[in-house]
Amino acid sequence: MITATHYLLLSVGLFSLGVIGVLTRRNIIIILMSIELMLNAVNINLVAFSHELQNVVGQAFAVFVIVIAAAEAAVGLGIILAFYRNKETVNIDEMNLLRW
Amino acid sequence: MPAWFSLNDLYYLLPELVLASGVLVLLVATALTPKRRQGWLSWLALGALAASAAAVLAVARPVPVDVARGLISVDAFAAFFKGIVLLAAALTVLLSVRYLDTEGARHGSYMFLVLCATLGMMFMASGTDLVVIFVGLETMAIAFYILAGLLKPDRRSNEAAVKYFLLGAFSLGILLYGISILYGMSGTTNLRALAEAVAARGRDPWLMLALILVAAGIGFKIAAVPFHMWAPDVYEGAPTPITAFLSVGSKAASFAMLLRIFLEGLPSLSGDWTILFYVLAVVTMTVGNIAALTQSNTKRMLAYSSIAHAGYLLIGVIAGTTRGVAAMLIYFVIYAFMQMGAFAVVVLLRRADVIGDELKDLGGLLARQPFAAVAMLVFMLSLGGIPPTAGFMGKFWLFSAAIDANYVWLAVIGVLNSAVSLYYYLRVVVFMFMKHEAAGSQPALSPALTTALVVTLAGTLVLGVYPRPLFELAELSARALGVVGVSATVF
Repeated sequence: MITATHYLLLSVGLFSLGVIGVLTRRNIIIILMSIELMLNAVNINLVAFSHELQNVVGQAFAVFVIVIAAAEAAVGLGIILAFYRNKETVNIDEMNLLRW
Repeated sequence: MPAWFSLNDLYYLLPELVLASGVLVLLVATALTPKRRQGWLSWLALGALAASAAAVLAVARPVPVDVARGLISVDAFAAFFKGIVLLAAALTVLLSVRYLDTEGARHGSYMFLVLCATLGMMFMASGTDLVVIFVGLETMAIAFYILAGLLKPDRRSNEAAVKYFLLGAFSLGILLYGISILYGMSGTTNLRALAEAVAARGRDPWLMLALILVAAGIGFKIAAVPFHMWAPDVYEGAPTPITAFLSVGSKAASFAMLLRIFLEGLPSLSGDWTILFYVLAVVTMTVGNIAALTQSNTKRMLAYSSIAHAGYLLIGVIAGTTRGVAAMLIYFVIYAFMQMGAFAVVVLLRRADVIGDELKDLGGLLARQPFAAVAMLVFMLSLGGIPPTAGFMGKFWLFSAAIDANYVWLAVIGVLNSAVSLYYYLRVVVFMFMKHEAAGSQPALSPALTTALVVTLAGTLVLGVYPRPLFELAELSARALGVVGVSATVF
């Protein structure tokens, strides 16, 4: 029997993977993917809690998160593209005009 | 059982609806106007902001009104923050008009994004449901990511956008994870219901984890140390009017969100989050001020100064009293005037041949542009908290609210920090009044820039000597926080 605790463990694992990815990877695209992992961990949480509590708000919330994540990814990739056109790299260690 | 949604609900959303229609009209007009004749779109944006401000006044009621069954609250607290945000947006438009021409950027899409960000901020201030607050936050943030990178050929702007986007999205993930746990522990996203559920549950480890995650997520947005790393880079790289809007509008809206979530949604855990914010406030003030001491770039210096101000403002949250919240509200109005004013002078220094954001570019400003130099002097004194400017009154109220709530040491640390901050504020004055004239063409005022400078200067001076009406308004607004409203459908 899979309970809410199992889902919670899964989401904690996924979230931690995302955070570690953001903090250790140097490629902007991979950082963006790690952020998406974090947001999906949030979605797993929301849907699992929604099922556990028999309350539909969590599922509606998850839909909002998915939509916003998509909008954010679109804008983010646009920004990364503009950066790439000028610098020809997607490595954050190459961002050195402003002290990081 | 009241209906889910009625025409009355729409009526109370009038300020947001007016602004949203402005956004749509602007979008269509941008598509239809050739690039070089887009100047008038700035005035359209200003008109939409003014109409929205009028609507805020029109729907203001003495008692809080709950719209759409408690998703949104139309109360004095929200109205106060909407006023601040609209003021900041209007000043941003005034600062941008000539700046955009100098940079060769398009007016239409820029103004569209500024209005989108403003709309998001308004929902952050009035939302009483975590979903509404989150969607408002992202409406603002996504618009700001684009605005920060708007100057596409400029590498600094590119970098600022990438950094802001990555850290903004990262902080959103953290905030949302905290919110998802709050939902799981309480079964609701409504702040009032959340407060009851959390109080019934008492302290437990999951709630503590959620508390820390939410505080960290919001900490990024208000640029509190140690979540401030993005701020100096983004402030330096973004177009200057956007930097001004970020430091005033985005900060005000994020603080409104913080007050809503913690004072309205989690009051029963105040013992825990007070300690958290106490540490954040002390570290933020101190690190912000010390880092500002060594900066040679004006925008970067103002970024660290704005970080330090986030520390001062947290004092109001820690006090947690009506007086503390009122002091924060007052401080935000004053901060909007002095910070926008200071950035107006930086915008003035941007000319075709000079970027103008280094401290040395301020050299000899008194001889070249006396009005701007004197105005900048007033803004610097006000940011440092010297009477008779408004900044002194703001700090006085914040620190006295802390003493009132028995946080004497916090007030002492705040005062010591203000003393340190005077060094770098007065350094600006030394450059303007005592150094030789900087290189480059003569900085010239434009009508829009002059208006912005006059408004911010008047605000900074008048609120310094006659602050009483503002105090009364702020007290009234602070009292509205957390009061359960009347449903809009019964009106």
